[in-house]
Order: sequence, then C-alpha cells, then structure tokens
Amino acid sequence: MTIYLLCFALFLVGLYGILTKRDLVKIILSLTIMGYSANLFFILFAYRSQALYPILSEGAEMAPMVDPLPQALVLTSIVIELGTTALLVALAVRLYQKYKTFDITKIRRLSG
Amino acid sequence: MILPYFIIIPLLAAFLITLIAGEKDHWGIAFSLITGIVLTVLAFYSFLVFRSETLVYQMGGWKLPYGIVLVQDALTGYMLVIVNLIALTSLLFSVNYIRYLDPDWKYYALFMLLLAGMNGVILTGDLFNLFVFMEIALLAAFALVAYGGRAEEYEAAFKYAVMGAVSSTIILVGITVTYSSTSALTMAAVADALSQGDPKIVHWIGGLFLVGFGLKAAAMPFHAWLPDAHSSAPAPISSMLSGVLIKVLGIYVIMRLFFNVLGAPDVFIRIFLVLSAISILVAGFISVNQWDMKRLLAYSSISQIGYILLGLGIATPLGILGAVFHLLNHAIFKSLLFFNAGTVEMMLGTRDLKKMGNLTRALPLTSNTSLIASLAISGIPPFNGFFSKLIIIIAAIQAGYPLYAIFAIVGSVLTMAALMKVQRYGFRGENEVDIGDKKVNWKMNTAMATLAVLCLVASVLIIPGIKEAAFDPVISVITEKTQYIQAVMGR
Repeated sequence: MTIYLLCFALFLVGLYGILTKRDLVKIILSLTIMGYSANLFFILFAYRSQALYPILSEGAEMAPMVDPLPQALVLTSIVIELGTTALLVALAVRLYQKYKTFDITKIRRLSG
Repeated sequence: MILPYFIIIPLLAAFLITLIAGEKDHWGIAFSLITGIVLTVLAFYSFLVFRSETLVYQMGGWKLPYGIVLVQDALTGYMLVIVNLIALTSLLFSVNYIRYLDPDWKYYALFMLLLAGMNGVILTGDLFNLFVFMEIALLAAFALVAYGGRAEEYEAAFKYAVMGAVSSTIILVGITVTYSSTSALTMAAVADALSQGDPKIVHWIGGLFLVGFGLKAAAMPFHAWLPDAHSSAPAPISSMLSGVLIKVLGIYVIMRLFFNVLGAPDVFIRIFLVLSAISILVAGFISVNQWDMKRLLAYSSISQIGYILLGLGIATPLGILGAVFHLLNHAIFKSLLFFNAGTVEMMLGTRDLKKMGNLTRALPLTSNTSLIASLAISGIPPFNGFFSKLIIIIAAIQAGYPLYAIFAIVGSVLTMAALMKVQRYGFRGENEVDIGDKKVNWKMNTAMATLAVLCLVASVLIIPGIKEAAFDPVISVITEKTQYIQAVMGR
C-alpha cells in the first residue's frame, strides 16, 4: 500500500509543477514526472513479490510469475511520451526564439 | 476485409509523401487528395452495406482473448463517413490556403497521420490500442496547430500539447485501473467483466475516463485549451479540429465507453447533463463577446458540444438520435464557417470583425455560404441545425427535464446572436472593403459550396423512412448495452 501512495505522491509532484511553475522547461519536466508516475503505477499493478520473470523454460518449476502485458504496454507508452516531450521541447525552443524568454507570464499574446 | 484499410491507406500515404515528395508539394497534394477520395467512398460503402451488422477483424489472426480487434458497427460506420467526408473537403480547401501560408509537403503528411489516428480511434476495439491511435492523432494535431509559424501559434500549440499530455496521462491511469480490475483490454471483454463486478470499480474507471476524455472533448470546465488552439491553427485544420477531432476523441469515445463498456451508469449520465448545461450557457455568453471571428467560432463549438452531451445525458432513444444527428450537423456547418473565416483571412489579412465590412460584392460565394451556415447553426428551418436542436429539446421535455430544454433554447438564442454578429459586422457591415484583384480559387469555392449544399441535404435525413434506415442502427448500438459485447465476443 505504501508503495502505491508513494507513486501517487510522485503524480502529485508532477501535477503541482504543471500548475505552479512559470518556466516552460520546468513545465515539461513536471509533465515527464507525471508520465513516469503513471507508468510506474502500471508496472506496480503487474508486480508480484517473489515471482519469476514470465518465460517458460524446460526443467523450471511452475511458480507465480509477474504479468508481462503491462510491461509491454508501458514500453509503448514511454515511446509515446518521448515523442510528446520532443515536440514540447521543439515548441519551447521556437517560443524562446520568438519571445526571448521561457517565462510563461511574459508569453501572453493570447488571452485566456 | 475492409476494416484495416481505413488505417493502412492514410498511414501509407503519410509515409509515401515523406519519401518521394522532394522539394515541392505536388506529390503531397496528389496523394492526400486521392487518399481522401478513396476513404470517403470506402466509408460510404461500408456504412450503406454493413450498417446493420457488426464486423470484427482480428489483427494478425490472433483470437480474441489474446489479440487486438477492429470492430465496425453502425456507429463506427457513421463516424467514419463524417470524418472522411470533412477530411476530403478540408484537403480540397487546403491546397491553395497552404500555398498562401507556406507551400510544403509536410502539411499533407501530418494531415494523413491525423486522419489515420482518427480512423484508428473509431475502429479499434481495444482500450490500449485506442490510446495509441489517440496519441498519433494528437501529435499530428499539435504540430499542425503550430504550422503557421507565428508566435501565437507556438503559444497555442504549447498550451494544447500540455493539456493533451495531462489528459493522456489520466487516461493511462484509467486504463491501468481497468486492466488491474478486469484483466482485459478488449472493450467487449472489459464490459463483460465489469457487468458482473463491483459497481465501485465502474465509478473509479468512469471518473478517470470522464476527466481524460472530457478534456479532449472540451466540455466547459475542461475547455481552456480549445479557443487558443482552434483559432490559431490554419483554417482547414481548425475545421478538422472543431469539426471532427473533438468529436472523435471526445464524444465518440465517451459514447463507446460510457454506453457500451460501462453500461450507462446513472451517476455519469447526470454528470453529462450538468456539463452540457454549463457548456451551452457559459460558452454561449463568451462567444457573443468575441471580436476575433475564429475565436468566436471556437467558443461556439464548445457550446454545440454541450448540445451533443445534453442529448447523451437525456439518454432516451430520441435524445441519442438528437445527439448523433447534431454531431453530423455540427461537423458540416462548423467546418464551413471555419472555411469562410479562412477565406476572409486570406483575402483581407485579418480575423477582426471590426475591420471587416461589406463583403457581399467582393466575395459573393463566401458570404452566401456563411449566411447558410449561420442560419443552420442558429437553428432556422429548413436547415439541418433546426431539426437536431428541435429533437434534443423535445427529448428533454419528454424525459422530464424541462429546465434543460429551456437551457437549450437560451443557448440557441445565444448562438444566433453570436453568428448574427459575424454576419452583421463581418460580411454585411457598412465599411466598404477592397480586396484588390485577389480571387478565391475554385477549389476553395467547391469545398465551401459542397458543405453549404450538405447543410440542406442533411435535413433530408430526418424524413420518416430515411431516418429509420440511417439512424436506427446507430441508436440501437448505443442504447442496447449487451449487443456490443455479444457481437464482438462472438456469442
């Protein structure tokens, strides 16, 4: 249970960063932290303590195994997050070229 | 089997364009237009022929508990027709508009990726697969919003991307909870397991998905990204985003998940009603107050999404008919209005209603089609918007929600006020404006005229006889909760 709470704390750290930070780069970092916590949550659900890796081999006894499907899904989701992060960084670089700042309070040509 | 081609063809086109385009945009235009035409024909064919059946395609031949399935039923076919039709007209409009911005094949490659992602979201029967296709569509959309390369566009795209990433993370957590409680990711299997499980789990999953997909649908408390993104994007992309993207990633997925998978729990149906009332009224008031034409249209999109949610929240067959019909109608006339805004921006170089004036002589087709679209969206007979709004209002009264019927009527008046403002200042104002010797290209005119005709033709769908043939299969997919499970699981 503790481990899930810690994972949730990580999620909240990310959310706090997105909501309060003014720097574009820090917002991107907070988004990444939030994404990590979601991935970690998925892996934690599949984890069984004392379980084996899920590969059947000859001579091995049948024993509890960890669920392999979430690991495959999380790999996919990490790749997707990499893509989103790369796009966000590219946008941040372009915004810096236009406004000469990373401060979102100064990047305000559009009204909310 | 027809199903995988809806995903394969646009993906293939996207990568072929990047491979052989070279410097110019000719190959991009040719490939994407051919793709658009082929997909529209395929979508009409598959809706007309297979609308009363459920087709299931198992990817790679893997049988159901292990593999990923593509599912086509009437609702899927209906959405495919809307998406591919609007995409085709947007592509036709893009050819000259994008040349005016920045002639580049990258636009067409990204557009094809957007289309592949949306078709995938509609067709897939697997939750994680839906997440992946959604991300494909969103990544393409972020890049397309920033395509114009001005400071405001980067700003809007950044905001959109941050909101999109947050909502995707929440959806991923929702998928985690679903998988851990049902050990399945195929939607039909999840629905089967949830119908026997603990109702508390349904509330958890539904809550997470409501926030995640509500952010994509831009219902009112989740709307902050929409006005910036939709008003900053190039006009054909605004029409794709406002016309179909928020409906596919938001409304369609909400219909599928909440009605077919979660079994329409009462709590969420009531939440839809509240969200719809907020969206219709608040977004309606804000839209009247805007002077930027595309921003006004973007806020009006939020209020029209409210109508669709209201129809879903009423949840009687008549209410769902209204929701499904309004979904089609809004896709048609909102795309048309964004095309009009794009043409005016291209001719006058401004989106500010105060700087526009009497355009009836300079741009006759644009101003006439915009009048048709404005009448349709404000619900004036005989245009399509009148019928769908009328159905939603009648359904609200019949189901015992007279208050919501009043909200819908007030919202309709607000929409009319906003759109009459566009007509009064934007197209029929006092200022005499001169566009010089610029001419609107025939491709743009064809795109606008087609959609204007469709505004009238779509109201034919409500005539008894045609209505039963077109809408009844779609509605029965949404209202009959166990039919989807049985059809997909093959029982």
